[in-house]
This record gives sequence, structure tokens and C-alpha cells, in this order.
Amino acid sequence: MIRVVLPAHLRTLARVDGEVTLEVEGEVTQRSVLDTLESRYPMLRGTIRDQVTHQRRAFVRFFACEEDLSHEPSDAPLPDAVAAGTEPFLIVGAMAGG
Amino acid sequence: MSTVRVLVGTRKGAFVLTSDGTRQRWDISGPLFPGWEMYHLNGSPVDPNRLYASQSSGWFGQQIQRSNDGGQTWEPVGNQFSYDGVTGTHQWYDGTPRPWEFKRVWHLEPSLTDPDTVYAGVEDAALFRSIDGGQTWQELPELRSVKGHLWQPGAGGMCLHTIVLDPSHTERIFIAISAAGVFRTDDAGKTWQPMNHGLQSPYELPDPDAEVGHCVHRIAMHRSRPSVLFMQKHWDVMRSDDAGESWHEVSGNLPTDFGFPIAVHAHEPETIYVVPIKSDSEHFPPDGKLRVYRSRTGGHEWEALTQGLPQRDCYVNVLRDAMAVDSLDACGIYFGTTGGQVYASADAGDSWAPIVRDLPAVVSVEVQVLP
Repeated sequence: MIRVVLPAHLRTLARVDGEVTLEVEGEVTQRSVLDTLESRYPMLRGTIRDQVTHQRRAFVRFFACEEDLSHEPSDAPLPDAVAAGTEPFLIVGAMAGG
Repeated sequence: MSTVRVLVGTRKGAFVLTSDGTRQRWDISGPLFPGWEMYHLNGSPVDPNRLYASQSSGWFGQQIQRSNDGGQTWEPVGNQFSYDGVTGTHQWYDGTPRPWEFKRVWHLEPSLTDPDTVYAGVEDAALFRSIDGGQTWQELPELRSVKGHLWQPGAGGMCLHTIVLDPSHTERIFIAISAAGVFRTDDAGKTWQPMNHGLQSPYELPDPDAEVGHCVHRIAMHRSRPSVLFMQKHWDVMRSDDAGESWHEVSGNLPTDFGFPIAVHAHEPETIYVVPIKSDSEHFPPDGKLRVYRSRTGGHEWEALTQGLPQRDCYVNVLRDAMAVDSLDACGIYFGTTGGQVYASADAGDSWAPIVRDLPAVVSVEVQVLP
């Protein structure tokens, strides 16, 4: 199971508490995780990435295993620890503002 | 006795203020959607418990929320606003071409006849319509073909912020854009015409009476007289007696004719309200005095309404969607400020009192009267 941590505003929007766990089919990548997440929680479409182009929103970041994966290709495999469910995939609202 | 429900959108959530018809004591609920920018909440005229809300965030984009029970519960509905066809370009602040890019929904206007039909005015400026209660949205794209390549953003962004539906002519819609001007369709959006004849913008446009490009802040109509429109332009308060075909200035004795909202009394079509603001570079009232101005003559002659409003050291702004009137007798007037106050008058503006003083900056105010 893939563990996903959403930022507070998106947990409220999706009406979930704590981590989301997902069964991802095939290779575990940013794209496959987000496809699965948006399929289960349709209200999150457009909040993390553009609905058409799938480009990450400018003020959203992807962290895992103490690394910033935001600029990695969306089809690149996520770290083994994320795929194994021992580490979460963090979706984070970027620091912006005073 | 009637119930009055005021829907308040702020920079950090929404609030619902309720009172009985006396409008003296208010219950305040919220924040709804805390932390999100709530540009607008609005109710269906035919089903007042059907509410729509625009919820947005610089981080997470646009959501549309819908309530079927007067705001007790909400559900997110469709949030995909895709421009129709080739989007083309508009002008950027420096005059260079810039592709259209969706940013947020500024204004939601439910149909006068169908609770599942609702219009959305968006930034970058375009008009969308949903006929399924907000689940899906389709652009009315011909609007942007009316010299859209010449439209420019105002300081707040290139937004379609005003949608006025004509109760006597079901296919006629007026919209206003900063900074493009007023446009009208008479065939439900298939074709549009600019409606800016008579507007003069010598300090904003190289051609002061250009066909498009005017920074219209708000237009308002009394439903009994849909061919008469009132406008608060960037500078100038204007009036049209021919459904927007031509405009003439009615600023009269206002202390300044800059401002954002304009509203019409619910029962007196010649009684109108504005909130003069000192200038476009000083977005606060003149002399630190928060004054609503009322004209009972459809413009030209204005009186300051001050009782109950701060008359010293007040430097708030009142934004374009932040004034509304109720349908009770006497007519109630409401407005919200960037300082977080929502003021109400239960006597058509003669006296005012704050309903609440310390909300986040108020972006929009709408009011409903429930049986």
C-alpha cells in the first residue's frame, strides 16, 4: 500500500483524516500515485496538478525520503521505500508568503 | 416573520449572517472553508437554499461548492474551466500579447428561472455556464471574439466580475470586465456587442473613448426597469437609459467619483448607492470618513449617509462585489470592508450598524430574504 500525506486544506476538501493509503497498480510513479489518488477522491482533481496537462501546480511540492521530488519526471519510479509503504509520499503546499 | 441571510465571502473563508426581518440581532456562523479565498457566494432566486460558492487558493486552485440546504452542508462540484477552442492572447500590462490562462472564479450568477443553471465570471476574463448544478462548465466563447486581443488586466487581474441577467428578456445578459468594459448578448451568448459608448477614460486609455478597454468596476439594474443601468467605472459614475447602448455621467456632487460597488434600492428604481473612494492609488475613503452616498434622483444629486459609520480614522476599502440590498420594506443595504466589517442599514441607508467587525477582508456580500 502506498501512503500519501495530503496538506491540511486538501484533507479537508477530501474529507479524510491522517494519511491516505492507496493500492497502486503497476509501477509506482508520481503519475500512477496521483492518478489513483484522483480516481478515489475526484474533488482533488485540479488541486495538485492541472486537469488537462497534468503539470504540477506551481505552489505544490512532492517530498519523500527527505528528498524533493517535485522536479522529477512524472513517470520516474518513486523510491523503493515509498513503493513498499515504509515511507509516505508527501504532497506539500510550498512556502509562499510572509 | 422573514429571515434575512447574508452570505459573506472573505480572503480566508466564508461566513453566513442571519437575522429576522427586524435586522437588529444577528447570528454569525463560520468560517466555512477556512483559509480559502471565497470570492463569491450566491443563491438561486428560484430556490434560495441552492447556494453556489467560489473557493480558491493560490496553492490548490479553484473549487466550486454547492449547497442544497441553505449552507448547512456543502459538496464540491465541477472545477474544470477549460477555454473553448484556441485561446489566443490578450494584452499584458505592458501591452505585449499574453495567452489566456484560467486563474479563478470571481462571480457566480444563478439563473433567474432554473436552480441548476448558473453562470461564472472568471479570470482571465471569460463567461462560463453550467446547466447541471455546477457539475460541468462550458464557456460562452464568442464573448472573447469581441476584440479580446485588446483587453488588458486591471490592477486586480483581468476578471469578468459582473453578470446581470435581464428578467424581461431571457436571452439578454450584460457582463462587465476589468479592463475591457461592458458587453451585451441578446441571444444567450451566441453573439456579443461592446456597450461602452459614452465612457471616457482619459487617464487609463490612450484613446479615451475606445470601443473596448474601459475599467468598469460594477454595473447594477433594477429588475422592474431592465433598460436602465448604473455603472461605477474606475473613475465616473455612469447611467444608461437604453440598455447599455449609450452612457452618460451622473457623478454630480460626489466628493470623488472613484469607487467599486454600486447598488439600486429594491423598491425605488431611481435610488442608488455608491461608496466613494479617494483614488485609484489611495484605496480608502476621503478624509478617513466612511460614507455611503445615496441619490434619489438616479444620479447627479447625492447625499452622504454617515449615521453609524466611522467618521474619523477609517481607511478601509469596499470592493466591487461587497454591497447588496434586500427586498424587505424598508429596504436593507449591506456592505463589507477590507477591514473585516460588515455594515447593515435596515432603513434604506439612513442609519447603519456593524453586524460584525473583525472578519478577514471582505470580498463579497449577497443577501437573501427567506419566507
